[in-house]
Amino acid sequence: MMFEDVVYLDNAAATRLDERVLESMKPYFFDMYAVATSQFGYSLGIDARDALDEARVQIASALGADSEEFIFTSGGTESSNLAIKGVALALGDKKGRHIVTSAVEDFPVLHSARALKRQGFDLTVVQVDEHGRVDMDQLRDSIRPDTILVSIQAANQEIGTLQDVATIGEICQEKGVLFHTDATHSFPRVPLDVRELPVHLVTVSAHTIHGPKGVGGLYVREGTPIRKWMDGGFQESDLRPGVEDIPAAAGFARAVELVTVDETARLRVMRDRLIERLLEIPHTHLNGHPVHRLPHNVNVSFRFVEGESLLLHLDMRGFAVSTGSACFSRSLEASHVILAIGGDHERAHGSVRFTLGRYNEEGHVDAVVKAVAEVVAELRKISPLGKE
Amino acid sequence: MPLPYNEIVMEHFRHPHNVGGIEDADAKSVEGSPACGDRGAVYLKVDPEALRIEDVKFESYGCASNIATGSIITDLAKGKTLEEAKSITWKQAAEALGGLPPVKTHCSVLAVDGLRAAIENYEERHGLVKEREPTTVEVVRKRLKRVMNPVTGLDVVRTNLVEDVEVSDGTVRIVVDLPVDHQFANNIREEIIEKIEPRWDVERVEIEFVE
Repeated sequence: MMFEDVVYLDNAAATRLDERVLESMKPYFFDMYAVATSQFGYSLGIDARDALDEARVQIASALGADSEEFIFTSGGTESSNLAIKGVALALGDKKGRHIVTSAVEDFPVLHSARALKRQGFDLTVVQVDEHGRVDMDQLRDSIRPDTILVSIQAANQEIGTLQDVATIGEICQEKGVLFHTDATHSFPRVPLDVRELPVHLVTVSAHTIHGPKGVGGLYVREGTPIRKWMDGGFQESDLRPGVEDIPAAAGFARAVELVTVDETARLRVMRDRLIERLLEIPHTHLNGHPVHRLPHNVNVSFRFVEGESLLLHLDMRGFAVSTGSACFSRSLEASHVILAIGGDHERAHGSVRFTLGRYNEEGHVDAVVKAVAEVVAELRKISPLGKE
Repeated sequence: MPLPYNEIVMEHFRHPHNVGGIEDADAKSVEGSPACGDRGAVYLKVDPEALRIEDVKFESYGCASNIATGSIITDLAKGKTLEEAKSITWKQAAEALGGLPPVKTHCSVLAVDGLRAAIENYEERHGLVKEREPTTVEVVRKRLKRVMNPVTGLDVVRTNLVEDVEVSDGTVRIVVDLPVDHQFANNIREEIIEKIEPRWDVERVEIEFVE
């Protein structure tokens, strides 16, 4: 099968690079390839510095932030590691050693928190409701005098549920505790303005919005106690050492610029149609929130069907999707997100995620629904489940 | 294409042989559990004179590895006597498939176990079980090798989750090295009970989780 024939519906995992993004990156490979120098350096280096600053201003402004408050990293994983471990380094011996997070966080947050737990930090994992939204009472109760950070995502990577970050921010402000949110999957499609939201740290990434892989960023509110944990030079406000990847930064900025309200609205229409059509398949359950949901995310569970088999059959028909099935994962652990929203293992194994992007067309929705309906029917025919 | 499965496996996955149920089956087995991702059923039609498998079919709620092994193992078993079919090993099935990814071993072993369990089911139903073996610590450990540790995809004995086994007066006591509130604790408990309780001389199965 040729690449152009594949209907790609895994845009939460990675996206096709937009040609316009590639164009914006090119000058920094061949012409302005110098390291970003200080204003007292040679002109090639100053040009590089200007390009980096320009990219920084663009992305920061999409968050309502000052450019000094935004640093580039190698991606969302590094950003969340820096946010959580950086605050722990700064406050662990001062304010306390307690961290609060949620049961549905993506691995960079969840595993950073667990890594700190192994080093003697205390961890509270707040549970979520059936749609994947954090229990606000439990969150309020979990914050203690020695709590140094609350890390709760803006949007879920699997089921697309948007958290009520406004209320979470208020609670944190009221309790005087730092708030980090992982916005890898929502930025910039779901607005987040740091002038309105009392948030201290925000993780963002380029790979989800048709930008290059390997570049992301962290918003750090001015005055936030945080220390770098990787040592080297003084780059990125002395928080992230290493030679700056200017082509990647420029590409990230261009990718942010290319995400429009109209495009997001178009994806939302396709999402709603996809949900509606998939739920016409018998014994199909929508995972995640019906309303507070990423504009490009659909996640459903088909009962009596195992996700890896479904995924392989769809692949053979030219559709790329993702599943929460244990068989698909590297560890054979079922999706912790589906289990956290009260789903049983069967629901996790039969869960399939479809995520839309810029290069999806209207026709893709009906085409994938048709293929899914056929494959699900075939697999149910050979399944011993659901026949009683 | 960089799929983890070879072409023989994919062909059996795409077009599995001997799929479905047998309505008036002479024997049946159900193995596995959805917690681990797979559950399979095997149905047998047996010639009572020759003790030869006339027909065998399977159903699968499982991944490609499980479906492909179900397909090949039923191919291999068809027409064989119960004794011959019983001795078909997982290794033979995997070889006939041209190899399987190591992480998928358990899904495949499950399909082989399903065939054996269906044959045992036939023998029990038709009074062919010769001498009943008493349940000992060794027997329990052997049966526990069929209970999977979903975290690794390997069985609970091999991954050292089984800390202790005691057998006395029909009571089997098993200590599992896992916190009681672990994601898989209940599934592992259920699976252990499923494997040990049906034994003829077992009255109680006690499972204790320790961290």
